[in-house]
Amino acid sequence: MPEVPRKLPELEPLTAFFWTSGADGVLRIQRCGACGRWQHPPQPRCHVCHSEDVAPAPVSGRGTVKTFTINRQAWTPALQEPFVFAAIELAEQPELYVLSNVSGPVEAVHSGMPVQVFFERREDVWLPLFSAEASDA
Amino acid sequence: MPDLPERNVRITGIGQSQVGRPSPKSPLQLTMDAALEAIADAGLRLSDIDGIVNYPVKSSEGGGISPVSAGETMTALGLQCNWLASGSHEGPGHMAAIFEAILAISAGLCRHVLVFRSVAQAQARLSSRESTLLAGSRSRVDGNNAWTVPFNALSPANLWALFAQAYFDKYGYGPEQLGWVAVNGRCNAALNPNAIYRDPITIDDYLTARMISTPLRLYDCDTHIDGSTALIVSAADAARDCRNPPIHIEAIGLTLGGLGYGIHRGDFTCIEAERAGAMLWSRTDLKPRDVDVMQIYDGFSIHTVLWTEALQLVGKGEALAFFDGGERIALTGELPMNTGGGQLSAGRFHGYGHTYEACIQLWGRGGARQVSDAKVSAVCNGGYGYGALLLRTD
Repeated sequence: MPEVPRKLPELEPLTAFFWTSGADGVLRIQRCGACGRWQHPPQPRCHVCHSEDVAPAPVSGRGTVKTFTINRQAWTPALQEPFVFAAIELAEQPELYVLSNVSGPVEAVHSGMPVQVFFERREDVWLPLFSAEASDA
Repeated sequence: MPDLPERNVRITGIGQSQVGRPSPKSPLQLTMDAALEAIADAGLRLSDIDGIVNYPVKSSEGGGISPVSAGETMTALGLQCNWLASGSHEGPGHMAAIFEAILAISAGLCRHVLVFRSVAQAQARLSSRESTLLAGSRSRVDGNNAWTVPFNALSPANLWALFAQAYFDKYGYGPEQLGWVAVNGRCNAALNPNAIYRDPITIDDYLTARMISTPLRLYDCDTHIDGSTALIVSAADAARDCRNPPIHIEAIGLTLGGLGYGIHRGDFTCIEAERAGAMLWSRTDLKPRDVDVMQIYDGFSIHTVLWTEALQLVGKGEALAFFDGGERIALTGELPMNTGGGQLSAGRFHGYGHTYEACIQLWGRGGARQVSDAKVSAVCNGGYGYGALLLRTD
């Protein structure tokens, strides 16, 4: 089957770590060294305590599907196959969301489903994608 | 109540070009059609217009999202303006141009402001069907769209589908209820000669239409058009000289936030427009029960659910029970909604169609779609940036 077409993200100073984190197989999210809070998307300071002591830190890569959609419209001619786009709530903190795709059979995806990260490399980007956690299979 | 800038102004005239899909006219021609109609409707001369503002700033992206600038329009009409502005893409929702007109008049910069919204998204899609997608023309995507486009969420439909699914999961409703938003809009559009889709649909038509992005189907999505809508916003004292009984802007509410602004709060079953709703009602003695007719943003059907709750017109989690069956939101119902068809059936004017339709109703010009005794209308627009108006008759 041909590879799913994707327009890749620009590696910007604030966000490049997120898109390349998967090079060693670990997802990283920005965390505040002062108050311990995680935040995504990354910001120059903690959006709660405003400390500048924010840095990428490894996360478990586990989370749950908070909400999702099965895309069925071929927005471009190459986008024929249905796919799941979802808000993943990471295990580290309530309302810490990463938007991504959930792989596997689209009809199996549901809200509350436990998922874990995996990475798909495209050029210099390791896209964090998610699949059903082994225990849920 | 402190001095509120919105009490310093009135809406004195409205105009709308013919709406096409596509239109044979250029975006600037359409803009002039709407502007000239609005100025004449207010009973003003072109020389009376001393301010001009549109939403949003002209874009060269090619998707037809904002093909005409305020300056081009001023020149084409031969206006002699003191003040000109364009609502920011980042402004408080689509109503930014109306809010800016209120502020400019309150600051004494001008007295009669031409406000317009022009779109040419149907023409743009003739040259490329992908022109209205979020991916942009560059080889890589940056900014907020970088969080969605690499995952092939190329349309806002994908994002708002997340809210619809979360809402269904939390409150136990489904497409059988949500579909009435589309059916109601189409029913009303049948009575609006300038609506783009006028053939009535049934709830079965809705449910059997093709799926776009679950749970949103074809008729949950609004439609791109070519056209222009214009309003004249005038200083309250100057409005007395105009032709129409002036429409008061009783209160405004605005706020920003949500997915489009980065860190997302909440569980995807409400929008930050709730703060706009609270602001709106804090600025008036009127109550939600005083609203006779509501023009609720429907870029996607789910917006009407989230917005009617944000404006406290229904209780939290109650919107779909209120919409179910369509009777309560019909023209003869207790709170008629989107009486001109809304964006789902009348076309995507980013809310300016909603404001135009509110004025139609308050001036009693609705003809077959007129709601009897409409004196107060709520209007709201936007996702991510949110704006609301409470309009009332003189």
